[in-house]
Amino acid sequence: MRFEDYSPLEDKHYSILDINGNVITEENLPSFSDEELLYLYRTMLFSRIMDEKNLSYQRQGRMLTYAPNIGQEAAQIGSAYAMEKNDWLVPSFRELGAWLVKGVPLKNIFLYWYGNEWGSYMPEGVKVLPVSVPIASQLQHATGIGMANNIKGEESVVVAYVGDGGTSQGDFHEALNFAAVFKAPVVFVIQNNQYAISVSRKEQTASKTLAQKAIAYGMPGILVDGNDIFAVYSATKEAIERARKGGGPTLIEAFTYRLGAHTTSDDPTKYRKDEEVEKWKEKDPIVRFKKYLQNKGILTDEWEENAKKEIEKEVTSTFEEIEDKSDTLIEDIFQYHYETMPPHLEEQLEDYKSFLEGGK
Amino acid sequence: MANKLNIVEAVNQALMNEMEKDETVIVYGEDVGVEGGVFRATVDLQKKFGKERAFDTPLAESAIVGTAVGMAINGLKPVVEMQFMGFSYPAFNQIISHVARMRNRSRGRYTLPMVIRAPYGGGIRALEHHSESTEALYAHIPGLKVVIPSTPYDTKGLLIAAIRDPDPVIFLEPKRIYRAFRQEVPEEAYGLPISKAKVVEEGEDITIITWGAMVRDVQKASEMVKDKGIYPEVIDLRTISPMDRESFINSVKKTGRAIIVHEAPKTLGVGAEIVSIINEKAFLYLEAPPTRVTGFDTTFPLPRGEKHYIPSPERIAKTIEDVVKF
Repeated sequence: MRFEDYSPLEDKHYSILDINGNVITEENLPSFSDEELLYLYRTMLFSRIMDEKNLSYQRQGRMLTYAPNIGQEAAQIGSAYAMEKNDWLVPSFRELGAWLVKGVPLKNIFLYWYGNEWGSYMPEGVKVLPVSVPIASQLQHATGIGMANNIKGEESVVVAYVGDGGTSQGDFHEALNFAAVFKAPVVFVIQNNQYAISVSRKEQTASKTLAQKAIAYGMPGILVDGNDIFAVYSATKEAIERARKGGGPTLIEAFTYRLGAHTTSDDPTKYRKDEEVEKWKEKDPIVRFKKYLQNKGILTDEWEENAKKEIEKEVTSTFEEIEDKSDTLIEDIFQYHYETMPPHLEEQLEDYKSFLEGGK
Repeated sequence: MANKLNIVEAVNQALMNEMEKDETVIVYGEDVGVEGGVFRATVDLQKKFGKERAFDTPLAESAIVGTAVGMAINGLKPVVEMQFMGFSYPAFNQIISHVARMRNRSRGRYTLPMVIRAPYGGGIRALEHHSESTEALYAHIPGLKVVIPSTPYDTKGLLIAAIRDPDPVIFLEPKRIYRAFRQEVPEEAYGLPISKAKVVEEGEDITIITWGAMVRDVQKASEMVKDKGIYPEVIDLRTISPMDRESFINSVKKTGRAIIVHEAPKTLGVGAEIVSIINEKAFLYLEAPPTRVTGFDTTFPLPRGEKHYIPSPERIAKTIEDVVKF
């Protein structure tokens, strides 16, 4: 694939699979082993099942606010799979698929959404930043990590995520500008899921595409069919390789759709029509990839049933492992603000503990 | 070896020392590279350590701080400059939402050994936004340290300590006295403890707690009242957060009286916090209400009005007499 063939100004989507799972551009098809293809499919299923389980736990009052990823599995898993183990992942907050690929333990993910900071304690070797809630602010960190790589002469690349709404933030502009000026090895992935809570993509910017913003920063940009795992993978892979060779940052717009709500606190029927959602369901990234795998004879019903059962079991048992056992220790609230707890915090902690113990 | 340095030269020497010692120390910001900073605090760093370690950035404070977060996570020790404290607010979100929180958010997995330097305070006849003393904004945020030196010797030792500190430090430099006087400063690197105040004058009658450029004005006021037989104990707080509470609690227990002097507005300023601490910890020792001498709850005036804003030695001296006579 040549980025130059896909001018972001032309609203031309880079895609490899059509919605029936047929290969449109054979020359761009990544060469994956059957094992890799099944891993990707299984991870998509994992993300979908995890989302559905969490939504049901939330409805049962067992889970807090949750931001589902349904519909965006290809955009996340395709881009994250293009990364090496040593590359950094800088998420926003809706990147379950990418976390799973990068090895964030399921228990961490549950703990985070369950309301405990230990969810963001990444194990050694998992180069993933914690969730960043203030929209687009994380992109600055991605650029900084990339600038540090250049200074230290390290080869790792950063992949950073932001949504369509995030492109309106000043931090988006500053992060991309700095990355381009300092040739930071960063791949910025916009998951354009068409809505920033209730505000639609066309109300967010007058730009024809989000990818075209790359042109202004002097970096390559491409608009990718975000529900096509091969296209997302292939574009990200190329951008990562360019960054690794010193070619600087790239902006990728993964054109996708949030099939679910923004979070469990949101009611999407207030701002979009069912027909629109139904139309996008036809482009479901998992269905499309499944058709491809079935056409190729790689995926059997039996394999899929087994995989789903295993995933459900793992998801359920991991949730039960943390449910009702994850209350924050009082000391933990205090002791991670500074390396050494200052006296005024020690005093507040001691006073509170003594209050709880029925003292003064 | 020791040379006589002023505060801005002490900043420069601290940066030189630490960059020489530790190649993970990186200095950047607006105009800090080729020009060496608008106050020349970073002069010659680029010449000595190259463009990779001392460089100019595009004009964007949020990105200067935000990229420093990424650099610190990735093993460097960035020392970034906000050209003036009044220009640090575009970076406020990064400072409050990320710099202050990363350690706690990640339960210590990601820490930010970084320094944000900014010249602060009024009195240099500058344009609007160049005279701010908004240290209370930063001191209010858990996870940050806020350090303000008042002499060349302390500036060097505290800046080196800030660079070596495992936690993020907001390092505010009193630009009114950047070049006001010189002091013997050892050429070699040395650190001074953060969160440790200094008694700059011992006295029995009243405790005066202050910091930054106001230390010298308080000392002038102290000279004025000595003629009237009042001997103040003057404490240079040096770190605003987390502050050395013991220093002034013990002093007030001895003197029974306290005045807090700062350039920032009065309401909800750092002085209000100090008064509260004194009330909580030394109430029964008090002979008079702890009192503040501060800037007004107004916008810092443009140059033709600034002499009215910054507490003068006369205003401080008058308050000392009032509190002693209470």
